[in-house]
Amino acid sequence: MTTTAPANATPSAAPRRAIKPGRVVMYALLILAALFFLVPVYLLFATALKSPDAINLATTWHWPAALNWASFSDAWAKIGGNVLNSLFLAVTATFLSALLGSLNGYALSKWKFRGANTLFALMLFGMFIPYQAVLIPLFQFIKSLGLYGSIWGLILAHVVYGIPITTLIFRNFYADVPDALIEAATIDGAGFWQIYGRVIFPISIPGFVVVIIWQFTQVWNEFLFAATLTNTTSQPVTYALSQLAGGQAVSWNLPMAGAILAALPTLLVYILLGRYFVRGLLAGSVKG
Amino acid sequence: MKGLSKDRLWSIAVLTPSIILIAVFVYGFIARSVYVSMTDWGNDPAQALALDPIIRWVGLANYQELFTGFLQGRFRQELVSTIFFTLFFILGCLGLGLGLALILDRNPKGEGLWRTIFLFPMSLSFIVTGTIWRWMLQPGGGVNQAPTLLGGQPSTFGWLSSTDALWKFDWNKLPLLTASVVGLVLVIMAVRAARSGDRTRTLVAAACAALLFLWALFIGPNIKMLPAPELHGFNLALIGIIIAAVWQMSGYTMALYLAGLRGIPEELREAARVDGANDIGMYQHVIFPLLAPITLSAMIVLGHISLKIFDLVYAMAGPDNINTSVPALNMYLTSFRQNQFALGAAIGTILLILVAFVIVPYLSSQFRTEEGHA
Repeated sequence: MTTTAPANATPSAAPRRAIKPGRVVMYALLILAALFFLVPVYLLFATALKSPDAINLATTWHWPAALNWASFSDAWAKIGGNVLNSLFLAVTATFLSALLGSLNGYALSKWKFRGANTLFALMLFGMFIPYQAVLIPLFQFIKSLGLYGSIWGLILAHVVYGIPITTLIFRNFYADVPDALIEAATIDGAGFWQIYGRVIFPISIPGFVVVIIWQFTQVWNEFLFAATLTNTTSQPVTYALSQLAGGQAVSWNLPMAGAILAALPTLLVYILLGRYFVRGLLAGSVKG
Repeated sequence: MKGLSKDRLWSIAVLTPSIILIAVFVYGFIARSVYVSMTDWGNDPAQALALDPIIRWVGLANYQELFTGFLQGRFRQELVSTIFFTLFFILGCLGLGLGLALILDRNPKGEGLWRTIFLFPMSLSFIVTGTIWRWMLQPGGGVNQAPTLLGGQPSTFGWLSSTDALWKFDWNKLPLLTASVVGLVLVIMAVRAARSGDRTRTLVAAACAALLFLWALFIGPNIKMLPAPELHGFNLALIGIIIAAVWQMSGYTMALYLAGLRGIPEELREAARVDGANDIGMYQHVIFPLLAPITLSAMIVLGHISLKIFDLVYAMAGPDNINTSVPALNMYLTSFRQNQFALGAAIGTILLILVAFVIVPYLSSQFRTEEGHA
């Protein structure tokens, strides 16, 4: 990778310059930082692909002499069912949260009423609370509904506690839709639902993408509710992985392969749709 | 579009389910938790899981137990740990995130690729991160073996198992320490108010500081929370967990800072250059002041994540390592393993109060400015 290419005709915003010590230091720092972020990934794969008897603390850094792909099938045998639980959980909860968030965001940004902002702030608080502060009543409530141990109890918790962030993202997204558009539709005789169906919903796709990616990642990765509200038949993959890794008897290639399986869906989403992922990330802290 | 038209009623109807759900699941459950924390539910194991347990009101006894009870030393250490964890976690994320953003802002080649590399851990679960780093930090494992790659001796640091601690202090001195720190902050506020010529503010802050210092001098030393000294400090076993947390979250601060840097208009930098500012001067006088609000946002978001962190610790050090434990983990264990629901609810409430200190001023300031614009 060279930093100077005077013959390179590709147009670029950065002005071309000769090699400066500053640029060299910059790339050195970038490579150093990239190592910090990627070395765990190397060790993850190196360990996952070893056979149990090849795993030895002293040779942690060696790439396996023979690749043991069976780690993945073994790990799948242990946590595959949980991966499917997570998939069902994340897809369902994400779909419901996105729908609720879109309607809430539309109502809050385009049909402002007195106190709408205060109401919204009170809603947002729910996104920051430590869930430990509601965990015991939540557990009792889910149990009294007869949903303890069922994946639907977990879905309910995720949908409810997902309302603030999905509403926030959609509200900020719709705030950029000109009010004149709504007014024009009102003059044409369109009501609340017609405006939503014909004006707002068709332009909401980017908003939905951001919310779906964000909520899917959150629900997939969540641990506290998963550990509290489920039993062995409905446990999502995060809990199963923590049990797999916490057990002393298993060989380390299994939890490592399991970690790859558990990380794959969200990682794929991030790599394919990273731009929208970052937007969701920023929405959580920067108001529009 | 004024008045209570049909459409306006629809908008309220659409919001109602969410409002009710948030009211019950957030505010109702918080109230219920606070109530439970003031009972003795679960303090008697026989009653904990009874179908119709006898629950008595005990007021603040559970809180008193947590802060001064002989058996709850673990919780007090966790409280200290979570403060240190938060401090270093925020510093690490801000430092690394800002550094990476500043480098990426200089338009290196393949910027998108670098950004992807720095940000991908954000998409992982803390459990996945914890599993990976748990393996890397094994006593004879990855990180400790790293020096041998360069021909050195393997390190023997007990990343997750160390029992050493730095900056130990006696828990009995906590009221004194808190009063001194708050007093110091008040003094700084008073000085700043005096400089800006706000006389009432100066007087109030100075008076509060004086009262606190008087209290700390004359009454504070006589308070004995515990019969014997109990030392708590920064456990070295936390370092590994902090590194893993920074690994996962610093990409987030990088994204925030990068968005902020990209938002600084080129004309502003150009103007600074015309005024003869060199690179350092420009960062010092133009860019960093503009990034200050982002730093504040990042601190608040990271701070509340850090206070709530629990899955990472669980995955890295297991539930029973008292040197790395945090209150959020203790709450889960106390409530759902030992079935001491009231005590668990009290820990949850303390966590909520800590987080509220960070979040409530932030939310209210954000919305005050927004209403101002409207």
